[in-house]
Amino acid sequence: MRITCPLCGTRDRREFYYYGAEDYLHRPAPDAAPETWDDYLHLRDNPAGETRDLWYHELGCASWLVVTRNTVTHEISAVELVAEVSA
Amino acid sequence: MRIDGKGLVDRSTRIDFRFDGQALTGFEGDTLASALLANGVKLVGRSFKYHRPRGILTAGSEEPSALVEILEGNQQTPNVRATVQELHEGLVARSQNRWPSLKYDLLAVNDLAAPFLSAGFYYKTFMWPRAFWESLYEPMIRRAAGLGSLSGQHDDAAYEKAYAFCDLLVIGAGPTGLMAALTAARAGADVILADEDARMGGRLLAETAPLDGGPAVDWVERVLAELRSMPNVRLMTRTAVTSVHDDGTYGALERVGLHLAPAADLPRECFWRIVARQAVLAAGALERPIAFANNDRPGVMTASAIRTYLNRYGVAPGRKVTLFANNDEARRTARDLIAAGVSVAAIIDSRPDAAPEDGCRVIAGGTVTDTRGRHALSQISVSHPGGSLTLDTDCLGISGGWNPTLHLTCHLNGRPTWDAGLAAFVPTPGAVPGLIPAGGAKGLFSTAACLADGRRAAVEALGALDLTAPEMALPEAEDAAYTLHPLWAVPGKGRAWLDFANDVTVKDVELAAQESFRSVEHMKRYTTQGMAPDQGKNSNVGALAVLADTTGRGIPETGTTTFRPPFSPVSIAAMGAGGRAEGFAPQRFTTSHRPTVERGAPMIEAGLWYRPSYFPKPGETTWREACDREVRMVRGCVGVSDVSTLGKIDIQGADAARFLDLVYTNTFSTLPVGRVRYGLMLREDGHVLDDGTTARLGEQHYLMTTTTAAAGLVMRHLDFVQQAFCKGWDVRTISVTEAWAQFAIAGPKARALLNSLLDAPLSDFPFMACGAVSVHGTPARLFRISFSGEEGYELAVPARYGEALFRDLVNRAETLGGGPYGMEALNVLRIEKGFITHAEIHGRTTAFDIGMEGMVSAKKDCIGKAAAQRPGLVGPAREQLVGLRPLGDQAPTAGAHLFTLGEEGEARDRSGLCHLGLLVADAGPLAGAGLPAQRPRPQGRDGAAGRPSARHRHPLRGHPSGCA
Repeated sequence: MRITCPLCGTRDRREFYYYGAEDYLHRPAPDAAPETWDDYLHLRDNPAGETRDLWYHELGCASWLVVTRNTVTHEISAVELVAEVSA
Repeated sequence: MRIDGKGLVDRSTRIDFRFDGQALTGFEGDTLASALLANGVKLVGRSFKYHRPRGILTAGSEEPSALVEILEGNQQTPNVRATVQELHEGLVARSQNRWPSLKYDLLAVNDLAAPFLSAGFYYKTFMWPRAFWESLYEPMIRRAAGLGSLSGQHDDAAYEKAYAFCDLLVIGAGPTGLMAALTAARAGADVILADEDARMGGRLLAETAPLDGGPAVDWVERVLAELRSMPNVRLMTRTAVTSVHDDGTYGALERVGLHLAPAADLPRECFWRIVARQAVLAAGALERPIAFANNDRPGVMTASAIRTYLNRYGVAPGRKVTLFANNDEARRTARDLIAAGVSVAAIIDSRPDAAPEDGCRVIAGGTVTDTRGRHALSQISVSHPGGSLTLDTDCLGISGGWNPTLHLTCHLNGRPTWDAGLAAFVPTPGAVPGLIPAGGAKGLFSTAACLADGRRAAVEALGALDLTAPEMALPEAEDAAYTLHPLWAVPGKGRAWLDFANDVTVKDVELAAQESFRSVEHMKRYTTQGMAPDQGKNSNVGALAVLADTTGRGIPETGTTTFRPPFSPVSIAAMGAGGRAEGFAPQRFTTSHRPTVERGAPMIEAGLWYRPSYFPKPGETTWREACDREVRMVRGCVGVSDVSTLGKIDIQGADAARFLDLVYTNTFSTLPVGRVRYGLMLREDGHVLDDGTTARLGEQHYLMTTTTAAAGLVMRHLDFVQQAFCKGWDVRTISVTEAWAQFAIAGPKARALLNSLLDAPLSDFPFMACGAVSVHGTPARLFRISFSGEEGYELAVPARYGEALFRDLVNRAETLGGGPYGMEALNVLRIEKGFITHAEIHGRTTAFDIGMEGMVSAKKDCIGKAAAQRPGLVGPAREQLVGLRPLGDQAPTAGAHLFTLGEEGEARDRSGLCHLGLLVADAGPLAGAGLPAQRPRPQGRDGAAGRPSARHRHPLRGHPSGCA
């Protein structure tokens, strides 16, 4: 598997650390309902198809990335910098 | 038997080798298989289950039968295919799966018991009596199982792994692959041409048909010479592409030293990861056998293998050869044999309308129904429309047609497509993105078609690479039609082998179907067909054709099993190259490593770091003596310890303070410049992530310290929080762990030691102060922090001065009566004061559990704050970290239990005493327990830097584990 880092170019997946679903980017307000926090922390979709995951270019530029990936075909259709994805 | 004037081996270079102790001779360019056949050795092994005599079936990597052990030094490599192993001077090979000898193998009795050893035999037989399983059946099966054996020694040979990148990877260097590589290379693409064979050319090395107006081998050499001369081409011989992965990544195994006498500086194998923008699969095709009774005798081989041994190696595998086929491969082989002066007894052609052949008897519509011969073939029985007959023969070539080598197209879950005209599976287009099947691998079996298709595939790949293919004429080549009459198994009595490697016969497949294992996947598992080292390359299509017939379905409806990586066996040693012993993980050494080791300190691992356990003195015999001395030294005088392994993160920017307020539970924006504060960090789910001190070096400049264990984790966390939640903030972070060497100086004489060293003596430098100092003219940083409870400082210098500073500090400490201390003492010192490490904050603890809920600021938000307040993460049901001291002089043991005063006797019987730092559910009643309620609050590094409590009676020691 290879990921095209927007800053470093196409690199082997061994340079990256996988974190989880993009959901972690949508942090609830501190006083949000417990259900909202529970959703944020624990509930994830498991799609057969397109998914958006967080990866960290740990052995590269230290950028956090949102990787849009198809779990069926393994095709990666987009890689964006977390810093440039609107919260 | 060698044929004069035939073959590509170098007859001027003789090579001596041994097989089963017998001294034999071959030539440069031979494989072990061709050399054995040249020496008349036909029996080379015993079969897996029935211990049947076995010979050589093929001339390639798909060989199922001729598996041998190679011995060199203390290496003993089992299951080496004799058809792949090249001959080299001093090669020692041994047959396997036989005892006491290859010719007289006692377990050949299994063959007589064959009626009881059918498919599913294990499942049916070893069910009862139950007690027999462990004592009798399992040991017996284990002894009989397997083929080759290992030496029992560590494999200390060298292996390599490597990476390569290219525009176009061409897999296979036969006519298709050579043409594809040449086309792409001339277009300017970066090309890797990989072939599993020692010599490139594929079938062109084994056929006599002319190419480009002359011998095919000459054309091969011309193309290879051109490719070699081009800087954009890399030729990789002895390199089998074994697996396909996502995004054009291919695994490949190169035999680097296996074809040579062992040399100290030569790796045996190299595992490659090749990343290719495009690839052409030009792996050719494999000839398949036909099943008939006793078709596994030594002397039976594929028709194309006979041509390979004859034309490439100059070896006739028999004196009187017979051929049996359902297509024209038998004729092609017969013509080559006759031209070389080898006698051909007959061609048995299963096609009723088979044409006659000049100079050779053809039995049209005939089939071979049985064979005879104890250790090698001597006679066959033939049935034909006019009756039956027997023929004396010592070699039988068989051909049931060709199967495209499409395995790699299935590695990403692709399924092949059945082609009824070829009676074979062909690759499904687009099965692997960027991998273009071509030539034989696609089902094209004439040389001319392969050349044209190789060029076509290259043009397609070049299009995807935005390159233009040059004009090139195709050379003139053989273009025979391929016609066959499907024949999978000859009906009749007797066992007819499908899978030679795992001893699976037609009857086994029929039995599986009878017993309702009708799915091809169930049949495979029930019979073990296709599960041997050859992975069914020779048997899959035949077995499922038999299954299809038995179950009354067509082959496409029956389906195939999945071809999985690797295409051919890959040694684990090659895949794990470099990972043995110290290569398993990187080693990180501090700048004080050398002086520490010089002092005889045993090093312990802390993550990837190596830290001293203790510094032994003459006369000390246990770690405990050294540890106790070092603890007394720090408490009473001064000690020096390297703390550089703790993570150091530099944080700068106008919003640095705001950022720290978000990641720490407590507040850092209020910290004055020149001061240090202890901080607690939570994960977003409310559990403790890490702790440590952070110093404010300037208005917009902080230096964070993490624990050794969590340095990488915290860096990753900070990057995430900053990039995800702090958009537009002016803050930047970077790890400077390795940029600074940092030493703790602790004890009553710490300040005296420092003042002897610093260029200007310390004046006002209170607890939790930090600032710039100068050491021998070098700018340094000083922090007044303590992890021991004594007056303590940490002095940091640029890493290049670390070793010199450590030596200097230790010398000065020793002058004052102190010295260095290690991890054991550090842990005792900190646990006596209740300072926590990751031994306590292990990922399941909350701020509440460690008594630090008060550090979660009510005035601001922070990561983890909301989740930390969830029910269940606070309150009396939680385990609570408390400090405990035992009564009396008894030292507690690890894992000791607590007991109530007055119930000591009973409790002691159970386990003894208690261990400080133990997590206990309810610490309240401890006031009256066997351990006095001396409960220092667990604390961070600045929490309780005072003197030992007046009530301190007996230092309590942890066992040797854990570190800061």
